[in-house]
Amino acid sequence: MSSDLEKTLVKLIDDLKKKFGDKILEVNLEPKKVVKVLVAPECVKEVAQHLKSEWKMDYIKGVTGVDLSRLPGNAREELEVIYHVGSLSSEVLKSVTLSLSTKVSISNPVISSLTSVWRGAEMHEREAYEMLGIRFEGHPDLRRLLLPEFWSDKPPLRKDYIPPGRER
Amino acid sequence: MVKEEVRSLEIYETGPTLTFSMGPQHPGTGHFRMIITVVGDIVVRCDPDPGFVHRGEEKLCEYKTWITNIPHLERPAILDSAGLVYPYVLAVERLMGVEPPERAKYLRVIMAELQRICSHLYWLGLMGVFAGHATMYMWCFGDREYLVDLTQLIGGQRITHSYFVPGGVRNDAPSKVPTELVKDFRRYYRMMLGKDYPGGEVPEDFRKYVLAVCDFFDTRLDEYYPMLLDSPIFIYRTKGVGVLKREDAISLGVVGPVLRGSGVKSDTRIDEPYDAYPYIKFNVPVMDGCDSYSRMMVGYYEMKESVKIIKQAVEQMPEGPVKLKQHPITIKVPAGEVFASAEAARGQCSFYIRSDGTDRPYRVKICSPSFRNLTAMPYLIRDVRIADIPIIYWSLNYWPVECDR
Repeated sequence: MSSDLEKTLVKLIDDLKKKFGDKILEVNLEPKKVVKVLVAPECVKEVAQHLKSEWKMDYIKGVTGVDLSRLPGNAREELEVIYHVGSLSSEVLKSVTLSLSTKVSISNPVISSLTSVWRGAEMHEREAYEMLGIRFEGHPDLRRLLLPEFWSDKPPLRKDYIPPGRER
Repeated sequence: MVKEEVRSLEIYETGPTLTFSMGPQHPGTGHFRMIITVVGDIVVRCDPDPGFVHRGEEKLCEYKTWITNIPHLERPAILDSAGLVYPYVLAVERLMGVEPPERAKYLRVIMAELQRICSHLYWLGLMGVFAGHATMYMWCFGDREYLVDLTQLIGGQRITHSYFVPGGVRNDAPSKVPTELVKDFRRYYRMMLGKDYPGGEVPEDFRKYVLAVCDFFDTRLDEYYPMLLDSPIFIYRTKGVGVLKREDAISLGVVGPVLRGSGVKSDTRIDEPYDAYPYIKFNVPVMDGCDSYSRMMVGYYEMKESVKIIKQAVEQMPEGPVKLKQHPITIKVPAGEVFASAEAARGQCSFYIRSDGTDRPYRVKICSPSFRNLTAMPYLIRDVRIADIPIIYWSLNYWPVECDR
């Protein structure tokens, strides 16, 4: 990793910490693996807007979630929602994908939609909605995308959903 | 006697608009449906409805071990199986903190580029069909055969070879090419180019044979240009159709030739170099027409660049081992999370993997290029004529199975 990138990333994290204070819960800086910023669910949108306007993070790569309820050693009844964002306008940050993530409870997984910040998040959020049951408030068209219309079971990527034939 | 009832056909009385399904049985869409609303023959709304081939790849990954995930992860895009498995293998390697031997890096690059050409030939051929040019289809598929033979020679299988494993590749490339294949290639060469292979015999040495096939294919690519891409009918049908402006391409998050066809210079092989790509010189074709024609041109020039990459990789490839050690079926990967990308044929393909330290992944998320290009479809198929839908659809190089996973 170039030192330019390292410096820029440290600056970015410092800036976020200064602006949002204790809303930034956790930071992970390992550009070889993952650059991660864990924020409180209520300020995801502001952080996203800040990243886009101040740091030219204009390119959405994916929205996903992880069910943390069966993680050995650290099981919590929570879902982690992750936005993978990158930049096409900034030369230095071009090679980095930032994971903007937040944790919501499994019983009430609601966060505000980021389609107004990154227009391309629309289909990704629809997928996360049907696969993990995360509700994105303010999404223009939150419907199922990949699963059939008759699907009424649990969201299939939650850990308590066992596919038929896979019971142990 | 049964009294006949005459019922009115309400389907025609829908007011000023008409809504209908295009696909999944439509020959132009594959296993994919678009719900189209038209006024006259102008499309006013397009609502893509994927999911006909959804099989829960990501859930399946949680039940299989790190190694046994590889064969089924290449199924979503069998034409480009190397491109789709590449980021998975990179991600697992980064989690484990290992790096493959030098020779394996070059073999991986050769394989990935061969599959990129195979996939692009399929794309160009099918685009030819839907632009009313069936000869293009025949030519592409005929030439593709010799590149597929090359992947079979290296990986052992024609299409899905499971060649990449964490820590290297499964086996080394052969040093000698079978005589039958060489004879066959020589016959095809004479048939297509109307002359014998220069210098008489096609070499049986692996390195020289790959260079011979590359040279042949490069010559054929030059013949494709006046055939399809410079043909007035093709230009008339694709220029100015399906315009995706630069800013829109970035904000919608599209990838690959669609992004580069909109004038954005972005390629994972350059931006986040992996394996042997830093040692190889090549260009990234970018067109700023932002329309279907630009996207096809980017695809065409990418094949030329891939030929260059394969030639360089074959010449630079060092001798040595091709994998770190024989992996047992159940490797254990340290706990952690990783996000890795590689440039597949259709664009950037990324994997987000969360490991809990056991012999199988805790969560695998595939950001496939077709899914990321799907976002652009409703914006592109709007205010166009029905006849332009297949052109725009195929210019996106959309692969339903890759999107659905």
